[in-house]
Amino acid sequence: MLDSQRTWEMFRYFVRRVLQGVLTFFGATFIVYALMFANQTDPLQTLAGERPLPENVRQALTERYHLDDPFIVQYGHYMRGLLTGDFGISLTNRSIKEMMEQAWPVTVRLALLAIVIAVLISVTSGIISGIRRGGPFDTVTLIITLILLALPIVVLAPLAQLFFGVQLKWFPATAGADPGVYQLLLPAAVLATLVMATEIRVTRASVAENLRSDYVRTARAKGLSKRRVIGVHVLRNSLIPVITLIGLDLGNLMAGAIVTEGVFNIPGVGFNLFRGIRTEDGPLVVGFVSILVIVFIVVNLVVDLLYAVLDPRIRYE
Amino acid sequence: MTDIKAEIDVLPGLDSSARLLEVEDLRVEFRTQVGVAKAINGVNLHLDPGETLAILGESGCGKSVTAQAIMGILDSPPGFITGGSIRYRGVDLLTLPEEQRRRVRANHIAMIFQDALSALNPVFSVGFQLGELFRVHRGMSRQDAKRRAIELLDMVKIPAARQRVNDYPHQFSGGMRQRVMIAMALALDPKVLIADEPTTALDVTVQAQIMSLLAELQRERNMGLILITHDMGVVADVADRISVMYAGRVVEEAPVLDIYARPAHPYTKALLESIPRLDLKGQQLNVIKGLPPNLTRIPAGCAFHPRCGYAQSVCRADPPPQLFDVAAGRTARCHFWTEVAGDEPAVK
Repeated sequence: MLDSQRTWEMFRYFVRRVLQGVLTFFGATFIVYALMFANQTDPLQTLAGERPLPENVRQALTERYHLDDPFIVQYGHYMRGLLTGDFGISLTNRSIKEMMEQAWPVTVRLALLAIVIAVLISVTSGIISGIRRGGPFDTVTLIITLILLALPIVVLAPLAQLFFGVQLKWFPATAGADPGVYQLLLPAAVLATLVMATEIRVTRASVAENLRSDYVRTARAKGLSKRRVIGVHVLRNSLIPVITLIGLDLGNLMAGAIVTEGVFNIPGVGFNLFRGIRTEDGPLVVGFVSILVIVFIVVNLVVDLLYAVLDPRIRYE
Repeated sequence: MTDIKAEIDVLPGLDSSARLLEVEDLRVEFRTQVGVAKAINGVNLHLDPGETLAILGESGCGKSVTAQAIMGILDSPPGFITGGSIRYRGVDLLTLPEEQRRRVRANHIAMIFQDALSALNPVFSVGFQLGELFRVHRGMSRQDAKRRAIELLDMVKIPAARQRVNDYPHQFSGGMRQRVMIAMALALDPKVLIADEPTTALDVTVQAQIMSLLAELQRERNMGLILITHDMGVVADVADRISVMYAGRVVEEAPVLDIYARPAHPYTKALLESIPRLDLKGQQLNVIKGLPPNLTRIPAGCAFHPRCGYAQSVCRADPPPQLFDVAAGRTARCHFWTEVAGDEPAVK
């Protein structure tokens, strides 16, 4: 009885969140569009660079990109295209859809790889540190995480590239077009450090707290092995806050991806966004950001629902 | 429940003619940053099948630590067993290798905790937590284990067991949760059950139900029960014998009726006098002055002397009083037990 009630609650919660997500989507794209619009000086001149732009070309381009229309009409044009799957063309005259089809798989691969690396390392070392607080492993991890926390990714990325890529030659220094897992390993590791420090600390604190709880004593009184007590009872409870954190970390990863993809020359979302912002390429930036917004909304929703699966005490009312 | 016994791996040296449980001169200390707390200072206990031994005392007197030492679930560090023996049917549990020690838990000696809400894992269904015992200790499949879990819930009289087996601890009421706890402890048919304040977190009517359920299950299984409590009222109804603990020592041990009629230790007497009674309504209640000693600085001599009305200089001098035989099966750790016992009885 209680179970079906909870399922119904969860369903209503899900619907409400999806509706909220739609609003968020329109709001976010509107703001990004407005920002790009406000920032525009003369995108056509930026495009032409140093050369003078002939008047007839300027007129033709202005017409093609609706640059003469008021802002709200331009946004309307844009959204109509977006909702019908037409992302338009960038100011460099390339299909944005095509650019995305090349960029997104690369960034998704990079981000997933970074998350896997971050989770593997931080959950493992978080558990060990949590069990042996104050021991040598805990102390060394603490020092390393402090260093990682203190190093911004703009410093760490080139350093790692120089060290492991150029000098030691363990990994390729740049990834290049259509990079595979091996090419992405170093940039993903750099990206992972961005979130690893916090994830280790959260796992450690969570494990330490759960180890002290009464149900651990019960599990031991049940004659369960230490491995089972920690691997099943403590772990399942300790992972709840870590999973939430991983969802939130996705934002950090995307921000970090802009720098990392730039440094390692990875033709992903960050790379394109960076170029788009520099060249005032409105359609390009808004297109990529719109998809980013959708990714965020979906990931956050998944994390929230996962939270309920992991912790049966959570209720959605 | 008959197939269970056959499956139990027999402990080497298990002697069915030896006493069910015998604790001798148990010593436990906690090594903390502020000093060494001597939590248990030579505790002797024994238990026979079907018998209920109540361990009585204030918070911090070492009741729960004794229980955890017997179970082998003392947090170590900081807790260390520094001496004594705990023998189960002749097998000294303290010298057993950890792997065998682990199998003793739940199979032979099981434990119920005070607060079932925190003692049960919040993220697993009660069915999982009950079934886990059969899966780990009996190698049963998930399906069989679940079937056994339902039987257990039935045994402790939880209504609609088949549906409730999938519920989580927070979906049960306090009393029902404690029943789940009992079911979990009795799952593998242990011979000794330690109940650490099993009813303290419950309201009075539910307390009575849980105690009578425990007593019933104990009778059915002829199980030895160690009941840890600070509630003299609960003890009077169910216990056969009482061990009163103070500052990590048993200060008095006696059959339940004798101790109520004629306590032989000043501490026991003071405890009895601090129970509110209807016939003394309106009178000032006798409470024990002062606090239990700090376990890092237990007073020399009898640990109770700073709070004791009978104390004289001999009580302050080491060594602490030895056990005096008050009667057959009755001991008290007090130089002046004759005077204490000779006084007016505490409970008429």
